[in-house]
Amino acid sequence: MILYIAAGAVSGIIAGMGMGGGTLLIPILTLFMDVPQKAAQAINLISFAPMAIIVTVINIKKKLLSKSALLLVAPSAVIAAAASALAAKYVPQTVLRSVFGVFLAVLGLSLLIKQFVSDFVVKYVSALSRMYV
Amino acid sequence: MKSKCKRNLPLLTKLAVIAGGGAVGIATGFLGGGGGTLLVPLLTYGCKLPVKKAHATAVTIILPLSVISGAIYAASGFYPIKIGLLTASGVVAGGIAGALLMNKIPSRILSYVFYIIMIVAGLKAI
Repeated sequence: MILYIAAGAVSGIIAGMGMGGGTLLIPILTLFMDVPQKAAQAINLISFAPMAIIVTVINIKKKLLSKSALLLVAPSAVIAAAASALAAKYVPQTVLRSVFGVFLAVLGLSLLIKQFVSDFVVKYVSALSRMYV
Repeated sequence: MKSKCKRNLPLLTKLAVIAGGGAVGIATGFLGGGGGTLLVPLLTYGCKLPVKKAHATAVTIILPLSVISGAIYAASGFYPIKIGLLTASGVVAGGIAGALLMNKIPSRILSYVFYIIMIVAGLKAI
């Protein structure tokens, strides 16, 4: 029982720091706790809501929300989300798990490369260019 | 700072951002998460939002997506209520702790660790 709270807490900390905790909660649940893929996805989706409501209220007060971006992106995103949640119902758990695995690995790799480039390559190149200017 | 994502963007960029929103929706609905990680770059590069504002706006855009998708999963019988609520309580507590810790932990090292965990977990799930 306590393991589920702990799994939630770990991903909550990562999410609270703005690094996408949802992408962590699903593999924790499926790989270490034998939760079926679709149940893990449902848990992640529903667990996200209370925190997102709190964060949204705080951000409205801080005036950090871009209304124009919200209005531009949300409609297509909502329609696509509803349609693909309905579609997921008909996809076997094992297939969904593999697709999720590919998505996670590609996402992790691209974020890693991006972070590496901004941390080291940019610094190195600008140091080099300073040497020659 | 005022950002006018909707009015001032060129038509092509606008269409690309709308299509990107569709991809975010597919990730959220089909894979149950990860939409936010796609949405932040979409908002910073596409809508030219500053990073802080992009993070804030991303959370609010994902909220209706996860509520609707979560409701569809639950209606299809995929939501185990007991372990779901236990996990959710952990997420809320962890989320508050994470927000408070945000500037106190060297997040750069943590993000490297986190990305490597993502790659390993992804490969393991395949």
